[in-house]
Amino acid sequence: MSGHLMILPILIPLVAGAVMLLYDDRQRRAKMVISLLSALALLACAVQLLVLSKGSEATGGNRIGLYLLGNWPSPFGIVLVLDRLSALMLLVTAVLALASLVYAAAGWHRRGQHYHSLFQFLLMGVNGAFLTGDLFNLFVFFEVMLAASYGLLLHGSGPQRVGAGLHYIAINLAASLLLLIGISLIYGVTGTLNMADLAVKLPTVAAADRPLLHMAAAMLGVAFLVKAGMWPLSFWLANAYMAAAAPVAAMFAIMTKVGIYVILRLTSLLFTGSHASTGFGSEVLLVGGVATIIFGFVGVLAAQGLGRMAGHLVLVSSGTMLAVIGMALGGAGPGLVAGALYYMVSSTLALAALFLLLEPMGREQGSIAAMLALTADAFGIDDEGPELGLAIPATLTVLGLCFAACTLLLAGMPPLAGFVGKFAMLSSALNPANIAFRNDVTPAAWVFTGVLLLSGLATLVALVRVGVQTFWANEDDVPKVMALEIAPVIGLLALTVLLTIEAQPVIRYMDNTARALNRPEIYTNGVLQAARQREALQ
Amino acid sequence: MELTLAIAIGILFGSGVWLILRPRTFQVIVGLCLMSYGVNLFIFSMGRLRMGAAPILTKGAEIDPSRYSDPVPQALVLTAIVISFATTALFLVVLLASRGFTGTDHVDGKEREQ
Repeated sequence: MSGHLMILPILIPLVAGAVMLLYDDRQRRAKMVISLLSALALLACAVQLLVLSKGSEATGGNRIGLYLLGNWPSPFGIVLVLDRLSALMLLVTAVLALASLVYAAAGWHRRGQHYHSLFQFLLMGVNGAFLTGDLFNLFVFFEVMLAASYGLLLHGSGPQRVGAGLHYIAINLAASLLLLIGISLIYGVTGTLNMADLAVKLPTVAAADRPLLHMAAAMLGVAFLVKAGMWPLSFWLANAYMAAAAPVAAMFAIMTKVGIYVILRLTSLLFTGSHASTGFGSEVLLVGGVATIIFGFVGVLAAQGLGRMAGHLVLVSSGTMLAVIGMALGGAGPGLVAGALYYMVSSTLALAALFLLLEPMGREQGSIAAMLALTADAFGIDDEGPELGLAIPATLTVLGLCFAACTLLLAGMPPLAGFVGKFAMLSSALNPANIAFRNDVTPAAWVFTGVLLLSGLATLVALVRVGVQTFWANEDDVPKVMALEIAPVIGLLALTVLLTIEAQPVIRYMDNTARALNRPEIYTNGVLQAARQREALQ
Repeated sequence: MELTLAIAIGILFGSGVWLILRPRTFQVIVGLCLMSYGVNLFIFSMGRLRMGAAPILTKGAEIDPSRYSDPVPQALVLTAIVISFATTALFLVVLLASRGFTGTDHVDGKEREQ
């Protein structure tokens, strides 16, 4: 049974989404229940897979899960691969999905059609992208994810969403074409699409073919960097995230991380070790990442609305990750990546919480009821009146506390997880080998440190400014916020508190993950040898 | 044959790029279509160009792979065609919705001031 556990993160949302298509859109309650059950099942799966991926002492603290779809031996058939990194990403996705769905249950899921099905298909695409072991399936899962995200972005309709959706779809279609070119070039040069097989074959590629291979990698890189939002490929991002409905935007917080994940996975598999392509793309990622952070925090400072600000905060987060990947490729060591992974988890949770907070903060009294009545009219849905549910007491206090927690997390101030993440990154950037005193810090590390600290300051200034305007300078119209809307925010923030308290085991997990990434042979052996052993047994 | 195909891909992709940089949504969608045709041909050519060679191996007999063409790119092309067709259709719907909301087919939803 545990052998089939790996395919469940793809199958559960696929089945749940497909079943919900059979129901009329009026049966929202049933759909909501199916959706929530699916998200809970995904969460349970992800936790189980995370435990499995840790392996045992005997396996060296790593266990590569391998699932042969169609049962063809590994380099030829399609495989799903689970390692520490993908298990971690699955867990973050499941947590975000649950929070976003609970929030949507407060009313957003009524504002358009097929919300829950699209949401499940998005989850299927994201989980598939994290699990797949070959490049072409990566493309397929990316397209599943994107197609669902097009629908979700348009959820709720309106000129702003359609306008942002148009740009979003156009740029993603173009990026997908680049992705295809890159994939087929790689196949043309190496004759394989299996990532592990590719990593093994890469050192043996002839010198004459290497420029072609690098070009293919660059093409793939551009396609994924569009998703990850690296400057100058990121101008679509703030508009799209701002226009999306709140629960959708919260879920989109993981989508940039899918791009980051793929870049981290491919660079660590293909361009570490010692062969002619080692360190390929390191400078581009470092410079691009730093430029993205700068673009992000300037945007945060300049933004007028909280929505645009949050969009630019997404850029700061992914810029940080990209710069770290660039430095790691340049030989900065696994400690930096471990810190960055911790930072990524905390910042993704915080961004999702912020996106969920935006809409209640900017809401005027009773407007959601009016909005719902309007859309119910437009879609000809005769609901039993908007189910507003329980309104929470002391609204401004609760909102204010949550907002302050988000600010601390994103700015990287103590005592919350944002600080731990940044501290872990900076300490290993400035002192990679844990030596008591060092003078030879690379210039890149200094620049990264400076920019990261500046971005924290800018985030703090901008968010505090908004907080003061919203919570102190405004006493008349207190927004009405439902318990269902604030519960996921509090849940996400509680998780970040847990991350802070349990920082030691979490960092240890991240550290082992980063070490495993630094040794691609763990992954390739797991994929290629396991299949051979199975064959020998049969 | 290589040259013909390369020129064809180049023309398709070049026209596509020019069209997606145009301000009308219809031009953008036609451009994306042309680009995806170019990409499909490109994927196909990555399995090396062969005339009259079957991609399906005969069962049982001794196989000489050099007499067959590579089936993998052909399978990839099929998938890519289906996916790009579906997403283009989706884009078409959004294009129409945008036209309905804004009353113009400009990609930004408003005409540039003269």
